[in-house]
Amino acid sequence: MSETQTDRTLSAFTKHLRQTEISLPAHLINASLNELAGKSFPTTRTEAWKYTRLTKLSKLSPTLAAHHDGINSTPFAIHSTGNRVVIENGAIHMNATRFETVSGLTIKRFSECSAEELQHVGGMLSLENELFNAMNTAYLQEGILVQIADKAQINSPIELIHLLSKVECAATIRVFIHVGKFAKAALTMGTWSAGADQSILNAVSEIHVGEGAHFTLQKLQCEEEGNFQICTEEITQDKDSVFTMHTVTLNGTLVRNNVRVRVNGTNCETNLYGAYLLKGNQHTDNHTVIDHMMPHCLSNELYKGVIDEQATAVFNGKVFVRKDAQKINAFQSNGNVLMTDTASVNSKPELEIYADDVKCSHGSTTGQLDEEAVFYLQSRGISERSARNLLVEAFIGEVLDKNDNKEFVAKTNAILNERFGWER
Amino acid sequence: MITIKNLHASIDGKEILKGLNLEVPAGQVHAIMGPNGAGKSTLASVLAGREDYEVTEGSVDFDGADLLELSTEDRAREGMFLAFQYPVEIPGVSNVNFLRTALNEIREYRGQEAISAKDFMAMVREKSAIVELDPKLASRAVNEGFSGGEKKRNEIFQMAMLEPKLAILDETDSGLDIDALRIVANGVNKLRSEKNATIVITHYQRLLDYIIPDVVHVLYDGRIVKSGPKELALELEEKGYDWIKAEQEAK
Ligand SMILES: Nc1ncnc2c1ncn2[C@@H]1O[C@H](COP(=O)(O)OP(=O)(O)OP(=O)(O)O)[C@@H](O)[C@H]1O
Ligand SMILES: [Mg+2]
Repeated sequence: MSETQTDRTLSAFTKHLRQTEISLPAHLINASLNELAGKSFPTTRTEAWKYTRLTKLSKLSPTLAAHHDGINSTPFAIHSTGNRVVIENGAIHMNATRFETVSGLTIKRFSECSAEELQHVGGMLSLENELFNAMNTAYLQEGILVQIADKAQINSPIELIHLLSKVECAATIRVFIHVGKFAKAALTMGTWSAGADQSILNAVSEIHVGEGAHFTLQKLQCEEEGNFQICTEEITQDKDSVFTMHTVTLNGTLVRNNVRVRVNGTNCETNLYGAYLLKGNQHTDNHTVIDHMMPHCLSNELYKGVIDEQATAVFNGKVFVRKDAQKINAFQSNGNVLMTDTASVNSKPELEIYADDVKCSHGSTTGQLDEEAVFYLQSRGISERSARNLLVEAFIGEVLDKNDNKEFVAKTNAILNERFGWER
Repeated sequence: MITIKNLHASIDGKEILKGLNLEVPAGQVHAIMGPNGAGKSTLASVLAGREDYEVTEGSVDFDGADLLELSTEDRAREGMFLAFQYPVEIPGVSNVNFLRTALNEIREYRGQEAISAKDFMAMVREKSAIVELDPKLASRAVNEGFSGGEKKRNEIFQMAMLEPKLAILDETDSGLDIDALRIVANGVNKLRSEKNATIVITHYQRLLDYIIPDVVHVLYDGRIVKSGPKELALELEEKGYDWIKAEQEAK
């Protein structure tokens, strides 16, 4: 690309942010501040940001909203029961938050945790050349610590609601989840906005799935156009564990998801499912890494997108199979449907295999709707619009149907109905 | 039911239909036969409203409506049905789901209320029995992984569900074994009435042993060049199309 981008230093972006008051390990805060000093935003010359421009974001100087506005968060709730933490503009909205005692489950705010309780936070997160991780450490506003005791089976929902409600405001949040041995739990994360514009959510989750544990993370990303979010999930799996993640992106000007799963034990299963339905001038970028470090594991990755109007998408999926990680089954696939000539996608599935006894496959498809199928449906009396909707739903349904959580699916469907007029 | 006058249609600048005339009254079955490439499927596609074809001349009256002015879906809602020569596979869209959508959009167009889930399922059971279509196939994705014969039966099943005024069957018999042929023909016969009409496009006289046509037409080089009683089909099967060609060239 011949175009030049004026670099914008981070200091202009961070000038209204405050160094964190959370009792994070001091060396991490220092390392982050050092990392950020004198740096600029990555440009499209940086490999990891090749197709995602941060120009608009880099021009902002977001402020911290000292207090939440007490926006009614009920419309954004996905689950009707269980624990619910509402974080508005980076601050816990206590009135909307509902802590319920569930045996084996501990949920705490970082701001009420001692340094000792937070000693492992940041342990899995790389800071070098990871400016958003460094900012998430140096300027962290609040965090949520979730601990699932060994053998605990948590059947009630745990829901985090991230809500932006101010103009040009930054929300910087960390989530630290420890799933004990042989425990089972699921966590839902919704990202929303109400009256916000030019605001940014920087959310980092560190997740440790213990031996024999099952953990599911489901994300519904619905910030309105005008807002930005950088979401990072760092997951480590111990042996015999199952980790499943659903990422459903339905709105937002710029959504970047960084997912890295370190499969650090034998006999693990990893499932990453993503669906993105974009229109307007939205841009969604899914960067995923599954790192198979140990033998006898299975990973499934399926991301699908429907890109309408001028929207753009990026999929970059890496699967590493390390030298000693024999007997790995790794499947990765990304499919896209472009609804207009102006919609576009950059898809790059990558396999890097250093072991010899493995079964891996990857693939990427991008196309338009099958016009023969549209005609066939129309010839049965279905309007062109419904025909296209039926085909799009069938396409994306393959991913959405992987999630069997009824409330999550219902909320997704409600938004699809609102935004795209679908009845699922 | 349908009156086609001087129909000219072309695709990619090539004229395929060159002044076709055809009239099919209600209550009748007409067969159209003709050599490969004569324009039989083109006629079916043009009537169904496929946009790849450009109609340059002529008119089509469909039970009082100016057919060529209607969108594809409105033609279906007015009671036109095309059983495709090559039905498409639509992964992820279930047969029943799509048929319920179709049925309800048609009913809405006609100012009728949506069909209840219960009545719909009863209808699926009744109609799939007519074509001996395994009810399991009814709930699977449209045509996906169906055998050739199953696809054709599925077309007739859809026809039974939508109860059209005019059905055009484009080589519904090709690829069917004799049992499937009998089943499909039985299905068509059960749906015949004084109020509807059927156009059967075929290469084989054997289908016409089961679905007895009132008139047989020969479509050659974009025109109907000969029409006659059902015995014409036998003659065509025996003698092929060379004598038709010779007759045409002599003109
Ligand atoms: N896109 C196209 N451009 C040019 N010619 C085309 C195009 N599509 C179809 N044709 C031609 O139109 C003519 C009529 O085709 P059509 O499918 O209607 O024939 P048919 O009578 O149904 O034949 P068959 O018995 O093989 O089914 C053929 O000569 C075909 O090659
Ligand atoms: Mg044909």
